[in-house]
Amino acid sequence: MTGGSHTATGDDVLGAALDWRGQGVGVALATVVSTWGSAPRLPGSQMAVAADGRFAGSVSGGCVEGAVIEAAQACIAGAAPKLMDFSVGDDQAWAVGLACGGRLEVWVERLD
Amino acid sequence: MDATLIRRIAQDRAARRGVALVTALDDAATTALVATDGADMGAALPAPVRDAACTAIRQDQATNIEAEGRRWFINVFAPRPRLIVIGAVHIAQALAPMAAAVGYDMAVIDPRGAFLTPDRFPGVTARIAWPEDALPEIGLDPASALLALTHDPKLDDPALTLALDAPLFYIGALGSTRTHAKRVARLEEAGFDAGRISRIHAPVGLAIGARTAPEIALSILSEVVAVRRLGSAGALRQRPPKG
Repeated sequence: MTGGSHTATGDDVLGAALDWRGQGVGVALATVVSTWGSAPRLPGSQMAVAADGRFAGSVSGGCVEGAVIEAAQACIAGAAPKLMDFSVGDDQAWAVGLACGGRLEVWVERLD
Repeated sequence: MDATLIRRIAQDRAARRGVALVTALDDAATTALVATDGADMGAALPAPVRDAACTAIRQDQATNIEAEGRRWFINVFAPRPRLIVIGAVHIAQALAPMAAAVGYDMAVIDPRGAFLTPDRFPGVTARIAWPEDALPEIGLDPASALLALTHDPKLDDPALTLALDAPLFYIGALGSTRTHAKRVARLEEAGFDAGRISRIHAPVGLAIGARTAPEIALSILSEVVAVRRLGSAGALRQRPPKG
């Protein structure tokens, strides 16, 4: 989501994060920091996750969101910031019909 | 990360100021904001990281950098790029849907109301005014490009004069090499030195052999994108010899 598309959606994600934070709900931000091979979301793409389960934005085509949300909840609960590395073997990605046959790194951090 | 930084990002974007959020990807998770106006927020950053953040803002491109034994991620929150077009001409009409498709906002300025009509420019910000009146109001910021497309010194020259004093990322002017030489002479007369005048891309656009108005619009837009993303379109401007 770099460039036009990045900035177009970035607003909503950060806006949601601030709204939830303003409501007193714990929030973590997940950000794609690098990608190799085909990845549906470019570096800079973000997802905000709230302690109550709400989330906005995305860091992949849906392949890794589950694991990222779990790590985000752990950060909200006090875990250290975390760099997550997802490698999706081409065969595996093909088998489950994922758009991303590459690799991506996602940074997860609590918003204080 | 402190939510204050996120609030500041929202403010800067609303004011059309690019900003970079810099994070050290380690347990300390050092975070800072770098703004194009030089105002920083949060932690102090190593100079190479700060420089990389400024470049990243200009190119609107997130990036990673190693410095002082740490890995840093630079995320960019840039305002939407904008094309400010002088002259509600045929090329401007062709440019409007292309600019929208690649994510640029477009504003057209022309005092000739007969040219700048809503049916010729649907969905485009239109200012029926002289450039010297409209431009200060629109604002010539680092996320904006200015295109002088009228061929008419009465309209193009005042716009270029203001553009050369502004932090625009791109300035382009339509016209042949000969037309541009005359333009350069007028601008020199007005007190601009050759270095400053060289900021004007003219003849405007990449050398793709464009002939029709949509092709010329494409060549112009390509050059604008190249300058924004690469910092220069020099390597892409080689013109074949005339034959």
